[in-house]
Amino acid sequence: MNVEIRGARIVDPASGRDEKASLWIADGRIAAIGAAPAGFGADETIEAAGLVACPGLVDLSARLREPGFEYKATLESEMAAAAAGGVTTLACPPDTDPPLDEPGLVEMLTRRASAVHGTRVHPLGALTTGLRGERLAEMVELAEAGCIGFFQGNAALPDNATLLQAMRYAVTFGFTVWLRPQDRALAAGGVAHEGEVATRLGLPPIPAIAETVATRTIVELMQATGARVHLARLSAGATLDIVARAKAKGLPLTCDVGVHHLHLCDRDIAGFDALANLAPPLRDPSDRERLRRGLADGLIDAVCSDHTPVDDDAKLVPFGEAEPGATGLELLLPLTLQWGRASGLGLAATLSAITTRPAAILGVAAGTLAVGAPADVCLFDPERGWVVKPEALASQGKNTPFMGLELTGRVVRTLVAGRTVHGA
Amino acid sequence: MNRADGLQVGPDGRLRHLLTTEGLPAEMVRRILDTADQFVSVSEREVKKVPLLRGRSVFNVFFEGSTRTRTTFEIAAKRLSADVINLNVAVSSTSKGETLLDTVYNLQAMDADMFVVRHAQSGAAHLIARHVKPGVAVINAGDGRHAHPTQGLLDMYTIRHYKKDFSALTVAIVGDVLHSRVARSQIHALKTLGVPDVRVVGPATLIPAAVERMGVRVFRDMQQGIRDSDVVIMLRLQNERMNGALLPSAGEFFKCYGLTAEKLARAKPDAIVMHPGPMNRGVEIDSPVADGRQSVILPQVTFGIAVRMAVMSMLGSP
Repeated sequence: MNVEIRGARIVDPASGRDEKASLWIADGRIAAIGAAPAGFGADETIEAAGLVACPGLVDLSARLREPGFEYKATLESEMAAAAAGGVTTLACPPDTDPPLDEPGLVEMLTRRASAVHGTRVHPLGALTTGLRGERLAEMVELAEAGCIGFFQGNAALPDNATLLQAMRYAVTFGFTVWLRPQDRALAAGGVAHEGEVATRLGLPPIPAIAETVATRTIVELMQATGARVHLARLSAGATLDIVARAKAKGLPLTCDVGVHHLHLCDRDIAGFDALANLAPPLRDPSDRERLRRGLADGLIDAVCSDHTPVDDDAKLVPFGEAEPGATGLELLLPLTLQWGRASGLGLAATLSAITTRPAAILGVAAGTLAVGAPADVCLFDPERGWVVKPEALASQGKNTPFMGLELTGRVVRTLVAGRTVHGA
Repeated sequence: MNRADGLQVGPDGRLRHLLTTEGLPAEMVRRILDTADQFVSVSEREVKKVPLLRGRSVFNVFFEGSTRTRTTFEIAAKRLSADVINLNVAVSSTSKGETLLDTVYNLQAMDADMFVVRHAQSGAAHLIARHVKPGVAVINAGDGRHAHPTQGLLDMYTIRHYKKDFSALTVAIVGDVLHSRVARSQIHALKTLGVPDVRVVGPATLIPAAVERMGVRVFRDMQQGIRDSDVVIMLRLQNERMNGALLPSAGEFFKCYGLTAEKLARAKPDAIVMHPGPMNRGVEIDSPVADGRQSVILPQVTFGIAVRMAVMSMLGSP
């Protein structure tokens, strides 16, 4: 099937292209930009004047909630949310129930996902069996089943010996270890950033040092093992100093930040708003500033939605008992655009944080409009305002601290391999 | 900062719920204390009852055990002629029982007019206040480490009774500030009433981060911390604090931060000594001080009934 996308502003961060042109798709791949390829007959022409066409977004963390949490969300509902958010490639963390620690579970998930014919789903395997932090998961088997990396999720490893062995084993086979840096003991019992707000609200704290101490340890062990590590969901500004030094030394370290942490801070939990209970916790405004700058200057490699659909019952409880997380797939684009505008970045530089850069971390052919690349395309209206309301979200998770607020930038159409998976 | 403001005081300026002393206008605090003045005399009468809440149902819902606080609320409600129902809902956060809101909805269906709630989680009373029907009032009787506003207010009543004027006072709050909802409620109320020098005194393990942003000065040394103070408030030290790495022993805590006559001599000669109870004699306070002439610990309890009557009457009158 041949498709022409006509009249869009084409923004391709990988090449730096930013121009009004036609985009030609043939056999699920980008055939040309600009002049039509010789003999091209379009089966479908998409009129896209006033819209931006960019590579389909790449999200480093979206929880689809299967298996085990179908009452919070289903694969179908969340893949619809991904498509509605312009996300065409996503990595899903292994913190399902049971966790993704067996090849059979991973195969079932990828088979179910491919049957939906939408967003490309790349599972992250559990780093340890049951995410219990005791025995290593069968990484080789899991990789063969389709896992692109190994993640411990939000459950920090209990000790450095396990972490060391996990890194040694992963490096043997060239796997990337994904870690959310948080010292288990220093964070124990905590639910909010240690600072003025948690003190006022009487919420047990998670100090920023829980993240910096863990990050230092990880960097030390990287040096000792040569392992490649991706640090997921940084929250503390001070962590960035450690990351900068490690990167300057040439260590194979990448990192990301959740999109909520670019916009919110611990002030937003005042009033005990359980919707703002996130993992890691929202920190000080100065941390938020460091994260925003770090993403702009490239020290932070990518931003992700950290999409976590949570059912109402798990949020309609006191703050400290609420399940952390927020729905995010459909907010990723407008929130990233908002950050880019405020940071004075051009559209290509802004979009690189949710296309080219995360694709490089995953090591998959995505996030580019290069000729010959898979025709995963996001068409969005950069000026369109919309109000975040339950009925405006395809995700089963309506849990967002942005509920009721107006955002700018709305996905109009999403294509995966040249097929429209959202919009018409 | 604390979005309870709109929740506890309605647009008409009336008290709708009492959740925290933070953000409670000074005028409202004074009104509560003035109203309590009238109820102190009720408690001294032969017939200690007024009909202000006749026909109204007050539900004491305690998700965390407490005999003393529950009893004082019960007495206060009964003296206002309310019907009082006590429920001890001992649940753990992990137990798969009824949710907090389901419990509240069920009790609301029994035509509760007022909930007095204690819960181990900070913010529990806020959650309930946001979900009850209009006209149903919530009093926070202690939520996690966050707030215990009636205790804070009865402490203000006690201080006003003995010191009259707040504008030149030095108040030292000593001990486990970290875990104390009482200390937080006291600090907000003292600042609201214009106390210029509020101090917290304790080891770094028991003082919460950035507490100075609440307008207090932090002292590590007790002798300096209570020097020239007009009011010394000792906080209760829970036994379980000895289990972790917060403190080496009760003995060492007493040596450094326990209130003895010798340490009290550093405060002003007419300083009063307060404690929210129940006391641990020999841990945070020495018996001769607890029972001494400067101690106002028992009057605190008496005033507590009047202050709770005041709050309930303001919340419950049509």
